[in-house]
Amino acid sequence: MQDIQFFFYDLLQFLVNGLSQGSIYALVALGYTMVYGIIKLINFAHGEFYMIGAFIGLYVCEYFLKINLSPTTALLLGLPVAMIGSGVVAVIVEKLVYRPIRGHGRISALITALGASLFFQYLGQGTVGAEPKAFPTLISGDGIEFFDGNVFISNIQMIIMAITVSLMIFLWWLVNKTRIGKAMRATSFNKNAAELMGINTDRIISFTFFLGASLAGAAGVLVGMYYNTAEPMMGLIPGLKAFIAAVLGGIGIIPGAFLGGITLGIAENLVVGFWISTYRDAVAFAILIIILLVKPAGLLGKNVKEKV
Amino acid sequence: MSGEKILEINNMHVHYGSIHAIHGINLHINRGEIVTILGSNGAGKTTTLHTISGLLQPSEGEISFKGQSIKNLEAHKIVAQGMAHSPEGRMVFPDLTVKENLEMGAYLRNDKDQIAKDFRYMFDLFPRLEERKSQLAGTLSGGEQQMLAIARAYMSKPELLLLDEPSLGIAPILVQAIFSAIKEINEKQKMTILLVEQNAYAALKIAHRGYVLTTGEISMQGAAKDLISNEEIRKAYLGH
Ligand SMILES: Nc1ncnc2c1ncn2[C@@H]1O[C@H](COP(=O)(O)OP(=O)(O)OP(=O)(O)O)[C@@H](O)[C@H]1O
Ligand SMILES: [Mg+2]
Repeated sequence: MQDIQFFFYDLLQFLVNGLSQGSIYALVALGYTMVYGIIKLINFAHGEFYMIGAFIGLYVCEYFLKINLSPTTALLLGLPVAMIGSGVVAVIVEKLVYRPIRGHGRISALITALGASLFFQYLGQGTVGAEPKAFPTLISGDGIEFFDGNVFISNIQMIIMAITVSLMIFLWWLVNKTRIGKAMRATSFNKNAAELMGINTDRIISFTFFLGASLAGAAGVLVGMYYNTAEPMMGLIPGLKAFIAAVLGGIGIIPGAFLGGITLGIAENLVVGFWISTYRDAVAFAILIIILLVKPAGLLGKNVKEKV
Repeated sequence: MSGEKILEINNMHVHYGSIHAIHGINLHINRGEIVTILGSNGAGKTTTLHTISGLLQPSEGEISFKGQSIKNLEAHKIVAQGMAHSPEGRMVFPDLTVKENLEMGAYLRNDKDQIAKDFRYMFDLFPRLEERKSQLAGTLSGGEQQMLAIARAYMSKPELLLLDEPSLGIAPILVQAIFSAIKEINEKQKMTILLVEQNAYAALKIAHRGYVLTTGEISMQGAAKDLISNEEIRKAYLGH
């Protein structure tokens, strides 16, 4: 009886950890999936927008604390600044790097994206240095205990989940209810058809990069807070995992990125918790292989019919 | 017919890489007309429409719309100038409802009251669309999608409406309905129409003038009533 009870506590705890971890993957995966949906580019530099968000958040929040703003205010102001900053960087990258090679084939695009990714990793190491930088402490207090302290949710985890949920609701509203959201959906269906409606599809593509990178930037700030650090290579693994999450949910499908991120976060934490902790990174790749074998279109993907 | 040339194309060439698809064509459309471009598979009809609406750039030649060159304008800017294009294969937005598709057609407009009237008019013209206005466009039949594609293009309230093969893959009875709707739009709304077709008979019945495109060149042109009785056309396109 006792065993079952503790198993249940463990399970709950791993689910909580998985949800907060998965929130981060979901935020990053959204940008992958939106950009892929609109220009069929797998933007391997997307993890770097997450890293850039973390650094902007770090420096801006440090500054806000220095001018004696409260930690909460620093977070509430620093988060949007980091999001906008990441978004602007992505818009510039799209304009200078991706747009000129659009229409030159997927392989060129992929190689260019890898190049852009390396560029930002080395740029980071060249400017702020390779060592992790300390992220200012913005969240005080511990968290909430449940079941006599057997299950614990930290304040940072709660904030991560709350911010993720708010951003998701905002994104859902933007994509489904606004004029620009409809223009995004039209462009991702068919760029020519969208142009024929009078939609400036270049601008919609820029906006999509902005949106995706700003969500990744938000994730960067949240992770910076969670681990108290930021470093130039921090985008690499989460970027890959978010890509896997996007594929898992069905690349190009917005709710799929959310589902894929949460699923991956939970799966990782269950494996790590119940089984072998060194398998954390292997889980994601195992999932990638399985999904590609079993349902390549992803959990929410339809089997695509060829267009007539 | 006021005689003003709403569209004029001079010596237009179009290439796809090294493929020379259009070999220097000349054509014009007077305001108020229905003009049809006929031609068999691969003749270059779609290429011509794409180049007019800015989805492709001509490699040589001039295209003017309402007296001004539109040669290097992006497609969305040409829409803003008063041209709409219902593309081959319909290209309705499958995940949007019928109503949302029509709203996309009116994307650049702000005149709410007039938009509402145009909705009304399209629903009167195509009652099937009204019955299905909350249905996703991807679930419509081919003929209904074609009606939607035309109505969506109409919703920008263009001065010139380009239609690419509205009869493609559609049951004869619906072709009838669609062509009489096209004719009505032209007569009642004074909208100028460029109609690309393989169904020469249906097109010539409602058009004022026609051009025949053969492997990227204009091989014949004239009044619709002359073309419809022309021996060569009867043989090539009318099947007798
Ligand atoms: N994207 C492309 N790349 C290369 N060649 C193309 C492309 N699109 C069309 N072509 C070629 O240009 C020529 C004209 O094609 P187009 O689609 O304009 O013909 P069409 O008259 O519209 O034919 P259909 O009645 O079958 O629609 C054809 O030889 C076609 O193979
Ligand atoms: Mg065609």
